[in-house]
Amino acid sequence: MVGSGQHDFGAALLDPDLPLPEGITAPNGKKAARRFAIYRNNVTVSLIDALAGIFPALQRLVGETFFRDMARLYLVQEPPRSPVIFEYGGGFADFLSQFEPLAAYPYLPDVARLERAWLDAFHAADADPLHPGSLGAIPPERLADTTFTPHPATRIVQSRFAAISIFSASREERTLDGIRPANAEDGLITRPAYSVEVRQLPAGAADFFLALISGATLGEAADSTIARYPEFDLPSAISAMLEAGVFSACWFGEPNSEDPS
Amino acid sequence: MTQSAPKPPIVENSRFPSGPLPPRAGAGLKTDHVDAILADDYRIGFLEVHAENYMGEGGPAHRALAAIRSEFPLSVHGVGLSIGSEEGIDTAHLERLARVVDRYQPSMVSEHLAWSSHDAGYFNDLLPVPYDRQTLDRVVAHISQIQDRLRRPILLENPSTYVAFEQSTMSETDFIREIAQKSGCGLLLDINNVFVSATNHGWKPMNYLRDFPLELVEEIHLAGHAEDVDDEGDLILIDAHDRPVADAVWKLYETVICQAGALPTLIEWDNDVPEWPVLRREARLADAILDRLGPASLLGSRHAAE
Amino acid sequence: MSQKALIGASTLAGAVAMAISGATFLASTQGAAAATEKCYGVAMAGKNDCAAGPGTTCAGTSKVDFQGNAWKTVDAGTCTTMSVEGGRMGSLEPLDRDLPA
Repeated sequence: MVGSGQHDFGAALLDPDLPLPEGITAPNGKKAARRFAIYRNNVTVSLIDALAGIFPALQRLVGETFFRDMARLYLVQEPPRSPVIFEYGGGFADFLSQFEPLAAYPYLPDVARLERAWLDAFHAADADPLHPGSLGAIPPERLADTTFTPHPATRIVQSRFAAISIFSASREERTLDGIRPANAEDGLITRPAYSVEVRQLPAGAADFFLALISGATLGEAADSTIARYPEFDLPSAISAMLEAGVFSACWFGEPNSEDPS
Repeated sequence: MTQSAPKPPIVENSRFPSGPLPPRAGAGLKTDHVDAILADDYRIGFLEVHAENYMGEGGPAHRALAAIRSEFPLSVHGVGLSIGSEEGIDTAHLERLARVVDRYQPSMVSEHLAWSSHDAGYFNDLLPVPYDRQTLDRVVAHISQIQDRLRRPILLENPSTYVAFEQSTMSETDFIREIAQKSGCGLLLDINNVFVSATNHGWKPMNYLRDFPLELVEEIHLAGHAEDVDDEGDLILIDAHDRPVADAVWKLYETVICQAGALPTLIEWDNDVPEWPVLRREARLADAILDRLGPASLLGSRHAAE
Repeated sequence: MSQKALIGASTLAGAVAMAISGATFLASTQGAAAATEKCYGVAMAGKNDCAAGPGTTCAGTSKVDFQGNAWKTVDAGTCTTMSVEGGRMGSLEPLDRDLPA
């Protein structure tokens, strides 16, 4: 009995159909059911509120009542692993993609991925974005060998659906008129200063950035992207990566030698 | 060039003022209030944050807290260490707390007499523990582990509870006193929690305060509570932090200050958070009581030196 | 992936030079750029920009909400206002039906 008390207590918190844990009492021989329900309610409401805070666009898309009842199912299946509550919900997108009532809305899991990435970017480490002058100072013949350090906030979400347009419209409380949900979109999330920014990327740009993020040189990333997307606009992509703050540093020559800026 | 490699926090710390929390009113910091607090002519005595909300690496939350910290004394209040856990302290979480403490060098660090994590996960609520020897030894060991890691004493807060345990063999006040004596921690007296628990368990709040080791109290919490009913239809109080401090709690507070002297006093408001001036009004009520009753206290003003 | 470099050093240098002048232009005329550019320019901040997402709590709640099962149909959310050709509002069901199972 002693030693398993918290296991039973915790199990009963997440399952209102379980009986009261043994040994729970109220004064003067009173019943403890409604008292224990206060804990059940605190856990459930606070975690649903946390999910609503992390996924506001999603809540608006499915409606508050549906969202809260769905979130309740999720939190029982996957309670937080950490007391840092702004990190909760990493598995919510996968949960949504398996959630039968949402089968006809296959773009919603990607909206959830964007919202989770948005909050990751919000709390990511601070770093100055790469200054255009640092890239400009690299000798032209060394550009092909140049590599980049991703900014800690940078995230890329690729969707088979119009998840970025839907996310943006929902966060900005605009109507979804004119959005064609079956159009694939790539999204870029950055935080060049203290504000999280979300951009929709043209074809090829996500592949280009992902190649650079995984350590490819500028030459390799440009080659592989153009091989797949012959119409890829390289100057615009480089301009956007500087503007959005995708990277925090660039390097050429010997590994780990700093750029000359 | 800025890199994300770990860097020693010492450089940052030097710009923060040091010293104890002043024996004045403070407020629980909410992001929405930061600008109003910094611009206000009324200088609140101190601010308190939940450690877990600053366990990210960077971003606007840290920028705001650094701005607050450079102008005000700070208290770091943990809500997630699960000191009463049967499974031991999560050392990774303790490391994250240590990082927050290193980063902001707060005047005070406190946590709860409660548990919140188990094998199933983190419940995001402060759950009750039985008051028996086994739990007491475990809590003392956990507090010692935390204080060893942080290299400073912490304060332990008395809980608000809705149920009790058959296996309890001690009163809450005896339990807390012995924990403090054995672990060397100080105490955070939440007077709203006293009132809530006393109502819920049929204790007399004045008896609780009489039995509580006031000489070990280094900080006070005040908050509002909500009313509900239990299975029998009798009043039960919920520690909701969603409204002004109740009159009955202000009365108890006056009693405590009369006896213990002026102490740093936090106004907590965590749900349905109002505009800053509403919190400021609560803080000024506490300041007025501290000014009026603190100097004439029985224990003397232990914290008068600012 | 091609082993041969498709892009020469001078093309790369030209792209970087153009990008840097472009970046300067974008930075100084962000509003206009955002209005005219379909992609890249749409830098939306995501609304709750000064909120750090959910915070922790050390309080209970007086709002009772720990049971319910209204999750069976999505009918109150804005996604049902999105018109999709040949489908229910916001629903991609007919499109998915075309996909191999």
